[in-house]
Amino acid sequence: MSDMTLSKEAREQKLEGIGCKRKRVEDVRFVQGKGNYVDDLKLPGTLYGDFARSPYAHARIKRIDATKAKALPGVVAVLTAAELKPLNLHYMPTLAGDVQAVLAEEKVLFQNQEVAFVIATDRYVAADAADLVEVEYEELPVVIDPFKAMAPDAPILREDIKDKTEGAHGKRKHPNHIFTWEIGDREATDIAFRKAQVQIKELISYQRVHPCPLETCQCVASFDKIRGELTVWGTFQAPHVIRTVASLISTIPEHKIHIIAPDIGGGFGNKVGAYPGYICAIVASIVTGQPVKWVEDRIENLSTTAFARDYHMTAEIAATEDGKVTALRVHVLADHGAFDACADPSKWPAGFFNIVTGSYDFPVAHVEVDGVYSNKAPGGVAYRCSFRVTEAAYCIERAMDILAQKLGMDPAELRLKNLIRREQFPYQSALGWEYDSGDYQVALERAMQAIGYRELREEQKARQAAFERGETRELMGIGVSFFTEIVGAGPSRNCDILGIAMFDSAEIRIHPTGSVIARLGTKSQGQGHETTYAQVIASELGLPASDITVEEGNTDTAPYGLGTYGSRSTPVSGAATAMAARKIRAKAQMIAAHQLEVHDDDLEWEVDRFKVKGNPERFKTMKEIAWAAYNRVPTGMEPGLEAVSYYDPPNMTYPFGAYICVVDVDVDTGATKVRRFYALDDCGTRINPMIIEGQIHGGLTEAFGIAMGQEIRYDENGNVVTASLMDYFLPTAVETPHWETDWTTTPSPHHPIGAKGVGESPNVGGVPCFANAVNDAFRFLGSTHIAMPHDHWRTWMVADTLGLHE
Amino acid sequence: MSTMHVAMTVNGKPVEADIEPRLLLIHFLREHLNLTGAHIGCDTTHCGACTVDLDGKSVKSCTVFAVQADGGKLLTIEGMAGADGKLHALQDAFREMHALQCGFCTPGMILRAHRLLQENPTPSEEEIRFGISGNLCRCTGYQNIVKAIQFAADRLQGRPLQEAAE
Repeated sequence: MSDMTLSKEAREQKLEGIGCKRKRVEDVRFVQGKGNYVDDLKLPGTLYGDFARSPYAHARIKRIDATKAKALPGVVAVLTAAELKPLNLHYMPTLAGDVQAVLAEEKVLFQNQEVAFVIATDRYVAADAADLVEVEYEELPVVIDPFKAMAPDAPILREDIKDKTEGAHGKRKHPNHIFTWEIGDREATDIAFRKAQVQIKELISYQRVHPCPLETCQCVASFDKIRGELTVWGTFQAPHVIRTVASLISTIPEHKIHIIAPDIGGGFGNKVGAYPGYICAIVASIVTGQPVKWVEDRIENLSTTAFARDYHMTAEIAATEDGKVTALRVHVLADHGAFDACADPSKWPAGFFNIVTGSYDFPVAHVEVDGVYSNKAPGGVAYRCSFRVTEAAYCIERAMDILAQKLGMDPAELRLKNLIRREQFPYQSALGWEYDSGDYQVALERAMQAIGYRELREEQKARQAAFERGETRELMGIGVSFFTEIVGAGPSRNCDILGIAMFDSAEIRIHPTGSVIARLGTKSQGQGHETTYAQVIASELGLPASDITVEEGNTDTAPYGLGTYGSRSTPVSGAATAMAARKIRAKAQMIAAHQLEVHDDDLEWEVDRFKVKGNPERFKTMKEIAWAAYNRVPTGMEPGLEAVSYYDPPNMTYPFGAYICVVDVDVDTGATKVRRFYALDDCGTRINPMIIEGQIHGGLTEAFGIAMGQEIRYDENGNVVTASLMDYFLPTAVETPHWETDWTTTPSPHHPIGAKGVGESPNVGGVPCFANAVNDAFRFLGSTHIAMPHDHWRTWMVADTLGLHE
Repeated sequence: MSTMHVAMTVNGKPVEADIEPRLLLIHFLREHLNLTGAHIGCDTTHCGACTVDLDGKSVKSCTVFAVQADGGKLLTIEGMAGADGKLHALQDAFREMHALQCGFCTPGMILRAHRLLQENPTPSEEEIRFGISGNLCRCTGYQNIVKAIQFAADRLQGRPLQEAAE
């Protein structure tokens, strides 16, 4: 049977459109080792760059001597701040309105800071030569504890800006202070606390962690002196932004810069920013006239490019005696490291932390965030979450559990009582967001039923009794979390990066034979964009996904976009894709009407064709229309069938979910075993359920890593002590639990296809769920809050402190 | 720096070269032989992205000098598909079960799974999880990798196949 006569359902199925568990097109090359990652690139004459780095966290540079390094055969050049300064490139602007040293000039401010860049003909020689760069340092006192950063006698870290009383985000109170960001109604919140029947207050710290994608940051820069053009292949989550920044700081015109992000081996926020390695490789290529490759090793990755969290949140909740929340107050001390290189939209120095009222109906709230400098690596990226949303979710979800404990209520019951109700959407939160849609109670009740929540609580009670009788040494914890993400940044009225509005884009071209190429401003790092965007187009245009090529990452061909992070690809570029497709369909309708000799209002769309209303035998398929678009368009119409859309979202999207976790904790070893983890996610319309499940598995595993073991830790001298995979925890298949996933579907009312984004939800909801489970195990012994990460040693210490080993 | 002569078989083809003694096997494969399927992820033998098969054993090629492979028989991801281009059952299974996302760990993971199935053609879930615990994946959470290896094992054993990924 030909496509022309197949049933509607059969034709729909053939498209592999929205809702199809379509196998990924990317996999064909990846399973054969034929991916094309940055380090796979081999250009003739490539040189290799490597850094000499500071062994100290805070020290004055007395002298740099590269004589021995330069004398090593194979070494082409050595760059230091002295070489970059005349070019005005020894500092670079950060996304947060600060500057960051590309190569340290007078001082180093964190361990492993970049001091010199060695360029050699071979990567081994470059590494040898980096060791031969001699630097004389004078050690200075360090600031490692953010709570001591603003002490009157604290050493001044940033001498380059020590006299600036005004930063990019307002007044600075201390030379080590970056900004104060305040939102909400302080007065009304204070009043609510004064009237509160019950209140809780807890310092909830979220440790410094690192996204640690399996591929580190890397690039190849190639400057063509004849044409005056620069091409950079790199691990860029946001290639267009990199192009604009490169143009602004190098003064090479933007049209002469070509940024190419090939296949990327995971990003998770690590590859959003611009790093000294990129700048040095570019300068080195300009200086030498040859391509220069820079590839981080793992230690460099964990200790220099990006970190996440390091948020110290003092949370207070006011509530009535029967458990209705009346106010939330949070103060955050944010450790930003040596330079404020947070990857947030420019006007949001604390990201979207004001989502901290979470999924609950708080009448009033007030938040204040103080950012401080310390002798740690710069960064502040969103590690698999929208900007500072994981911090907010962890804060409110721990605080709600602590409130439940104070009230003597079940944590799930307390949540059910305070969740925003379905009829309140669109919901205006006390801290300024408009939540687009949700059906929270249904989600939580379904999760509780699915996992057998009440039975688990009975079992826990019995276990506690047995423990107290000395019959078992194992405690049982049940963790509940309910999260609301805020993704899809974002509307141009409040979101920009360095002045560029955070729209995103899609360009679709239909070829005469009905096959398609689509190009987008986002960049997949494993999310499967080549597969899913094609599904959106397939459903919108009635052309099979297998006939659609999706391309991203080349700034010469892709329309301008702000890139992939903060789960923004589906909410923003996915919307642009649907809108561009709809422009094409509108033109196709006119072409079809012309061919069928009817008015375009007399046509209706069905799966893959326009048919004449009331006369379904007369129709033109999209494939036929595509051909006609190139030879038989109506008089006065331009030939061709293509469209571009730049989509400025009217609002963020708000995916949500209910997670429940059961852990068993051995008090004698501190070992914690995840018995069950159930995750219900609502990401609105589901484009590819297989890929969604995969994203949830991955996000939960990263959440598990963070909650149960990850920490970028510094000793009192500022030495980073967890900078390799010997010390930094990445879960293996053995520890990783089995995941149970489920969903509800509440489409976003303002997104063209109702999709909300999903990649980061499981990290946002997962971390507090694990933490609540471990805390819950010790709750009946009077413990209120145990800090992450919940590794065996720390858990054993908790048990010891509670006197369980006596 | 002085060089040493090595000769080995890589994916069934004889290879000879004069190389520095300190050259790591992963760099020999990637840069001298242009076999870029295996990757470098950690430099400390933890992540397994560089896993290849040397003389019937999984090795992490970032921790083996190329000269140590002299006279050896190597299999890399590029040698997994048949001469006719037909994918190996494991390669098919990884796609079928959605056992990869960014693809960076995949070549090492497939090579490790291949050796595991040579050692134990019918592994349990627990045996698979233990068997691949030297290979890290940051994207998938391993659940679909385990399913893919079970799927491939069933196919290689001629057993009825399990359900596809969710």
